[in-house]
Amino acid sequence: MASHGIKDRVAIVGMGCTRFAEHWDKGLDDLIIEASGDAFASAGVTKDDVDAYWLGTAQSGMSGITLARPLQLTGKPVTRVENYCTTGSEALRAAAYAVASGAYDVAMAVGAEKVKDSGYQGLNAFPIPNDGTARTLTAAAMFSMVAPAYGKKYGVSEDQLTEVLARISWKNHRNGALNPRAQFRKEVSTDTICASPRVAGRLGVFDCAGVADGAASAIVVRAEDAHRYTDKPLYVKALSFSAGSGSGLIDPDYDYTWFPECAQTAQDAYRQAGITDPRGQLAMAEVHDCFTPTELVLMEDLGFADRGTAWKEVLAGTFDLTGELPVNPDGGLKSFGHPVGASGLRMFFEAWLQLRGEATPERQITTDRTLALTHNLGGYPGEMVSFVSVVGTELG
Amino acid sequence: MRGIVSIAGYVPYRRLQRSAVAQLFGKGGGKGTRSVASHDEDTTTMGVEAARLALRSVPDAAPDAIWFATATPAYLDKTNAVAIHAALRQPSTAAAFDFGGALRSGVGALQASLAAEGTGTTLVVVSDMRDGLPTSTDEAAGGDGAAAVVVADEGGGRPVIAEYLGGASVSDEFLDRWRTPGERRSKVWEERFGETRYLQVGIEAWESALESTGLDARQVDQVAVTGMHARASRAVAGKLGVEGNIVVDDLASSVGQTGCAHPGLVLASMLERSGPGQVVAVVTLADGADVLILRTTDAISSWAPADPVARQIAGAADIGYGTFMTWRGMVTPEPPRRPEPQRVSASAAWRSEEWKFGFVGSRDRSSGAVHLPPSRVSMRGGAVDDMDPFDRADAEATIVTYTIDRMAYSPSPPVVFAVLDFDGGGRFPVELTDVDPDEVDIGDRVTMTFRKLFTADGIHDYFWKAKPVRSGGRGHGANSTSDRGET
Repeated sequence: MASHGIKDRVAIVGMGCTRFAEHWDKGLDDLIIEASGDAFASAGVTKDDVDAYWLGTAQSGMSGITLARPLQLTGKPVTRVENYCTTGSEALRAAAYAVASGAYDVAMAVGAEKVKDSGYQGLNAFPIPNDGTARTLTAAAMFSMVAPAYGKKYGVSEDQLTEVLARISWKNHRNGALNPRAQFRKEVSTDTICASPRVAGRLGVFDCAGVADGAASAIVVRAEDAHRYTDKPLYVKALSFSAGSGSGLIDPDYDYTWFPECAQTAQDAYRQAGITDPRGQLAMAEVHDCFTPTELVLMEDLGFADRGTAWKEVLAGTFDLTGELPVNPDGGLKSFGHPVGASGLRMFFEAWLQLRGEATPERQITTDRTLALTHNLGGYPGEMVSFVSVVGTELG
Repeated sequence: MRGIVSIAGYVPYRRLQRSAVAQLFGKGGGKGTRSVASHDEDTTTMGVEAARLALRSVPDAAPDAIWFATATPAYLDKTNAVAIHAALRQPSTAAAFDFGGALRSGVGALQASLAAEGTGTTLVVVSDMRDGLPTSTDEAAGGDGAAAVVVADEGGGRPVIAEYLGGASVSDEFLDRWRTPGERRSKVWEERFGETRYLQVGIEAWESALESTGLDARQVDQVAVTGMHARASRAVAGKLGVEGNIVVDDLASSVGQTGCAHPGLVLASMLERSGPGQVVAVVTLADGADVLILRTTDAISSWAPADPVARQIAGAADIGYGTFMTWRGMVTPEPPRRPEPQRVSASAAWRSEEWKFGFVGSRDRSSGAVHLPPSRVSMRGGAVDDMDPFDRADAEATIVTYTIDRMAYSPSPPVVFAVLDFDGGGRFPVELTDVDPDEVDIGDRVTMTFRKLFTADGIHDYFWKAKPVRSGGRGHGANSTSDRGET
């Protein structure tokens, strides 16, 4: 993958994030105003100090005006971006590149989604006029095909797999229970998880991400300017993105036990950031746990575990909050919730809190490591977009 | 000489035990079973399946015209035969016409094609879905099914397996059953009146047909009497002047009366059991009577039905009465809380006609990579516009992995979905049908079937699904052979 990266050229100097929840009493504008206001305050700037804006929203609004109107931005370049569930990450990527290019001094990325006004369960895509031959499966069903394929390939019995997936859900609920901004703030026993009603394949309700409304935002500046805004900036070490060709769906060689787009972006991001041993170097990772088998497979795609071994590491607690490499310390999509356009930036927000030591004490990760990874994907096995970033508190 | 070069029946996979009706309502129903079209079938899709079976025995038959007859058309105004034409991947030069509305249009299409010597090859497709209100006779006695008959002149390239000797029609204007456009339910006059009329016109047509063909009733080897009026059919059968064992099972107890389709279905069933030189007759009672008389030729010995009606009758599975009433729209259970699909785009559907209706993908000439749907740029090697059409509708496939989606929108949840690898190349993730969620497994064999995915804004979304190849019953595997000579 040919990418030069922008290591240490841009820094995040302010962030905001609403609670993710069924915000029946808040509209998209309210969520945007809250998350943006927190980021402005965090960086000590006003909306006028920001030179350019990117809004990530998958389907809560169209065009930059969706952001310009609620914030009453005048004369500013405001762009709306969409890239499936990586929409929020894409907003930050655009803002970071805009600053790195020298076009702007200060740029802002806002991710927001008002999901719960649809009246339907789960997430639903915009209908685009078509020939009627496209799949109409839920994302849960598409991802549910990963678990049996993984189990078969690596000799993991159905019972073991059930235990592993329940352990992932249990961990993310446990992390979310400690997080005041999370949608679900309750620990859930593995018994309850296993007994939950089936949604698709073997996946139950507790294997699926929470569906929530929310917004998150970040302000980025040139790295050399960062200390004008904060004592503890987060330097962007790597931004990698890949859109799959969709061939996995029709390629007989694809076996549903890994996500090539994710493995590819991880390798690219590690190269950009100079990471050689992600499990040994990262303080934490936020990954796209849309469904529990997704997190399982990602542990291997992101190089946290060798192929076929992630399930053992999950059971060993390697990725727990107090484990060797905490994964989804904020509760992940599972319990923090998944307002599509906001999720990518929410992941950065957790890195922002943890690396700066600002998480609440009961959930603050204690480590001398200074790097965090965020991974955000969209689409389905075989037809996916993937984003991986690395951020860190130290230059170099 | 004109006659039949191939014929097939199609009976849907599902059956309703008629006793289930009385179990719920305390009345209605009866003995035996009726066939039930799946929620994703209509008369057009069943017609396609019958036609695919008929053409599989004569792959190079190349019909000049496709005639489609049904009393329960999927569309009015729009020609349903054209959708069948597209699904069969017939050349655009082939004509496609509907014979619509009346129950008699099924036998009418058959008779017209058989009598039209010198008009080339005609594929006649007859199909019907019979409904009635819960507990009604029509609900229990009706059935769903289709038949397809390839009619041609001898010397047209394919041997005629049953030559048309002739027949007779008697038309009589009397009220037996009727249904105004838009109605689901047929109404019937007092049964005895129809019985009296049908007995008279049935025997009149029968005698007239024998006279015109120069046959004696005792020369007839098999005869079926069909019609929605069961008592009349029995009465006519008893007065034909043939031995009792010559009158064959009209499939009423297993399939039910399939209306427009029934003359074709029983004819297929009879010919599948026939050796050479047999005289086979069908008497159809609908607003008069129509008799068709054929004689099998030596060529029938080398004709191999793709999936005989008897096998389809044997290889069936029951559904509950609740599911039946749901599929027929008599009751509406709570759907999943997901948006219903939007209507299909006419222009988008037209652009992908080969794919949507024909299940034709593409294969890269340089790498051999198969693309489903067809693609202009290859996923292997990146060649542009260097692909051949690659027809997968008749290929069998193996299930690589699968899932059950309990949340996706479906007219009959849950959705059973599988990733398929086709024999001869190609992978495609697709919905399964005619299957229970707990009977699916990795490695299972499936075959493609033309179905209706949903209807929105009155537009039917036709596409393909996969269904299990069931040994000893369904499908068209290598072991599919004629059961000729067996009963």
